[in-house]
Amino acid sequence: MTNILAPENSSQLVDAVRSARADGTTLEVIAGGTRRGYGRPVDADAVLDVSGLTGVIDYDPAELVLTARPGTPMREIASLLASRGQHLAFEPTDQAPLWGGAGGAGTLGGALSVGLGGPRRPMAGGARDHFLGFEAVNGFGHLFSAGGKVIKNVTGYDLPKLAAGALGTLCVLSEVTVKVLPAPADVATLALEGLDDAVALRALAMALGSPAAVSGAVHLPYGADGLGDGPLTLLRLEGVPVSVAGRAASLQTLLTEVAPRARLIGGEESRRLWRDVGDLHPLQGSAEDVIWRVSLAPSAGAAFVAALPEGLGGRHFYDWGGGLVWLFLPAAEDGHAAAVRTTLAGVSRDGHATLFRAAEAVRRAQPVFQPLEPGLAALSDRVKERFDPDRILNPGRFYGKV
Amino acid sequence: MLMPVPDKAVMEGRDAFVAGLRVLIDDGLIEDPAELSAYSCDGLTAYQQLPLAVVLPRTVEEVSRILRYCHERDVKVVARGSGTSLSGGALPLADGIVMAMGRFNRILEIDYDDRVAVVQPGVTNLAISNAVAHRDFYYAPDPSSQIACSIGGNVAENAGGVHCLKYGMTSNNLLGLEMVLIDGTVVRLGGRGLDTPGYDLLGVVCGSEGMLGVVTEVTVRILPRPQVQRALLLGFATVEAAGNCVASIIGEGIIPAALEIMDRPAIHAAEDFVHAGYPLDVEALMIAELDGTPEEVDHLIAEVEAIALAAGASYAKASTSEAERVLFWTGRKAAFPAVGRISPDYYCVDGTIPRRTLGEVLNRITEIGGRHGLKVANVFHAGDGNLHPMVLYDSNIPGQLEAAEAVGAQILETCVEVGGVLSGEHGVGIEKRDLMHRQFGPADLEQQTRLKCAFDEKNLLNPGKVFPELCRCAEMGKIHVHRGALRFPELPRF
Repeated sequence: MTNILAPENSSQLVDAVRSARADGTTLEVIAGGTRRGYGRPVDADAVLDVSGLTGVIDYDPAELVLTARPGTPMREIASLLASRGQHLAFEPTDQAPLWGGAGGAGTLGGALSVGLGGPRRPMAGGARDHFLGFEAVNGFGHLFSAGGKVIKNVTGYDLPKLAAGALGTLCVLSEVTVKVLPAPADVATLALEGLDDAVALRALAMALGSPAAVSGAVHLPYGADGLGDGPLTLLRLEGVPVSVAGRAASLQTLLTEVAPRARLIGGEESRRLWRDVGDLHPLQGSAEDVIWRVSLAPSAGAAFVAALPEGLGGRHFYDWGGGLVWLFLPAAEDGHAAAVRTTLAGVSRDGHATLFRAAEAVRRAQPVFQPLEPGLAALSDRVKERFDPDRILNPGRFYGKV
Repeated sequence: MLMPVPDKAVMEGRDAFVAGLRVLIDDGLIEDPAELSAYSCDGLTAYQQLPLAVVLPRTVEEVSRILRYCHERDVKVVARGSGTSLSGGALPLADGIVMAMGRFNRILEIDYDDRVAVVQPGVTNLAISNAVAHRDFYYAPDPSSQIACSIGGNVAENAGGVHCLKYGMTSNNLLGLEMVLIDGTVVRLGGRGLDTPGYDLLGVVCGSEGMLGVVTEVTVRILPRPQVQRALLLGFATVEAAGNCVASIIGEGIIPAALEIMDRPAIHAAEDFVHAGYPLDVEALMIAELDGTPEEVDHLIAEVEAIALAAGASYAKASTSEAERVLFWTGRKAAFPAVGRISPDYYCVDGTIPRRTLGEVLNRITEIGGRHGLKVANVFHAGDGNLHPMVLYDSNIPGQLEAAEAVGAQILETCVEVGGVLSGEHGVGIEKRDLMHRQFGPADLEQQTRLKCAFDEKNLLNPGKVFPELCRCAEMGKIHVHRGALRFPELPRF
C-alpha cells in the first residue's frame, strides 16, 4: 500500500520532502487529486497530499490580489471572490468528471499547476498570466519564494510562469498569490446557426478581429445541451449592460453575410453555456473515448480537423477562435496518436497535441505531451534538474525523465 | 557599483579572440575604441564601460556561431537592443562582447487571421503598431520609450507602459520566440498558438534581462484598436484622496485602460513645459482613460467622474475630442523631460507598492528626499501600483549623485517594506542588483540562479546583472545539501 504524507503546514511540507530526498523516495504530489489521470502515469513510492494546506491568507479586492494556500478548494475561492463581485479571469475549468471524479472538488493549487485556461484565454490570458507569486518547496527540500504580491512586477525571473502548468514536477506549492479582477456585470452570447467548420472559423476570426471585445469564441459542430444538435457558433460579450447590447448588435451586423441565422442568448443561460464549454460538456461521449487537446494557430484549426484520416469516427469542437481543438475519439490501442500527430505536423509547424484522456496503458505507451525538439528537450531536462536534482517530484509526469 | 573582476586570461587574449571573431562576421565587427564608446552605456548613463568588441549580426546562423565561439572561449556576451534600459541591463563588461541586434530590423509577417506579428528583435515597439495601424490594429504594451526601444529589449525586460492595467505587460502579449542559447543551440518557444508543450520557458525567458539566451525572432499578438478612447482629468486636494479614488473605481468593477497619478511637483513641471491645461491648485492629478464602444465609454466616463466627485475630487474634466485626449496625455508623457527642465539631473526610480499604502509611501518619499536635501517629483501608474519617483539633483554638485542614488535605494527599500517589489517595469539590471536581498531571501535567490545555470552553466550571458552573487553552477545540484544548509554565505560578493 502506498504511503501517504499529508503535511498541514509549510514546515511539515519541508520535512516531508527532505526526508523523501534523504531516503530516495519518489513522490506523487496531489491536492484535490481530481486530475490524476492527466499526464503520464506517475510511479511514485509515496503520495504527498497537500490538500491539508488550505485557507485564504490575504484578500483585498481593491488591490486585485488574493493569497491562499494551494489546497484551498476552488469553489471556496470562487464564492469568496463572487461575494465581492470579482473572479479569476482565466476561467479555471472543472473537468474532473472527465476522469470519473466528482465536480467542484478541484483546488486553487491544482488549477495553477495544471495551468489550463478556459474559453476566455485568448483575451484574458491563462493561469500563467494571473499567477503572481508563490512559496514552494523544491526537490532539494528548500522552502523558497518567487514573484510578488502585487500585480505589476519584473523583479527577478518570472518563476510563477514556469510553475504554472509544470504539473508539480519542479516544486510543491505551499502558498500562491493570484491576480483577481472584477467579474463582468453582464454577459450575452451571439449564437450563429448552421455554419460548417471553415465558415464558422472565418466568422470567429472576423469577430475577434473587430473592436467588439469578444471574450469567448467557440464553434460546436454538434450543438450544445438544450440548444439542439445542429452546428452552433458562439461569441461571448461581457461588460456593462449598455455596452454588451451595443456590441452584440454591431457584431451581428458585421457577420450577417457569413452567418445569416443568428440569435442572442442572455445572462443566466450564457453563463451556464460557457461553463459547459470550458468543462467540455458539448462532447460528453462514452467514458472510454480518448480525448485529444490540440493547440495551434487559429487559422489552422479547421484544416487540421479536415485533414484527419476518414473513419476515425470521433467528434470535435473548437475553442479559442479555432486555436484549440478538442477531439473525442473511440478508444484505440495507440489512442490514435499516430493519426493525430501526423495530421497536425502536416498543417502546423508549432501546434501541439496532448493526449488529454486515455487509459493508463495507452498513456504509458504513447507520449502524452507533444515530443519536444532535441534542444528544447535537453533544456527542459536541465530546468527540471535545477529544481529537483534527484527527480523525486512527480517523476515522469511530463516526459520520460521530467 | 562593483562589477565582477574581469577575467585576466580573456583580457590578455583579446587580440587573438577578436581576430577569430572577424572570421565569423566580416562586416559587423566594431573594435576601435572610439567607435566602441557608442555602446559604453544604456539609458542608465551614470555607468559606462567599453566592451572587448561589438558584433552586429544579421542572421540567426551568425548569432549561433558567435555565441558558440564565445562559449568555447569563456568570453562573456551582453545582448543589446536599442540601449534604452533604465536599469543598466545592457551595460557592457570589460571582458565581454556586446551583441547589438539592431540589424535584425525586419517585420517578417503580419497575419490578421491569427492576429499576430512576427518580427525581428531589433524592430521598435512603435513600428509594430504603425505597421498594423491601417487595419485598425495595434500592439498593446506601450513603454514611454516606444519610439526607440526594440521589441527584443521589451522581451528581455518584460516592458510595460501606461496601458498594462487592462492589456498586460510584454509577457501577456508574447506568443513565441526563436532564441539562441549560449552554446549556439537554436530553440523555438511557443508560436502562434496560445500555449506551449512542456515547461512555459517562454514565460520565464520574458523579463530574464538577457541572461538566458539571445532572442532572434519574436511573435506577438496584435489587437483590434478600441473604437473610442476618452480621458478624464481629475484633481484632488491630497494624494491620499486620489489613491482612495483608485480603490473606489476598481471596487466598482471598472478597470480603466489607464489610470495615472501625478503629484504637485510633476504637475507643475509638466504644465510649464507643454501647457496641457492641467489645474495647478491641486496636490494630485489623475488621468483615467476609458476605451471601448462609444456608448460604453460615455457610460464609464460618467461613472468614474461620479465616483471621483464622491471621493472628493475638486476638479474634473473629460476629453470631448481626440485632440483633447491627446493633449491630456501630453503632460504625463512629457513628465520626464519636463522634470529635466527644472533640474539639471534627475534619477527615475521604479517600484511597485500595494496601492493602499500610496499616501504613506509618498510621505516617506518626501521625508527621505528631505533628509538628503533633495526634492522628488512623482508619477505613478496608479492602477497597478507602479511608482516612478524622480529624484532631482545636480551632478555638478559633489555628492549629489550619490545622494540621489541613496534616496532611490531607500525608496525601493520602502516599497519592499510595505509589501511591494523593487521593479515594476524597468528591470533590476545593475541598478537594483544589490537591493535584491531586500526582496528575496538566500533560498529564493539560489533557486533563481539555479535556473540561470540550466540555460547558461558557465555564466557568460550578462553576468553581474540582477543577482548580487554569481552562481557556482558546477557545485549546485550535485552536492547533497544537508538539511538545507545554504552555501550562499561563502560565495564571494562583488
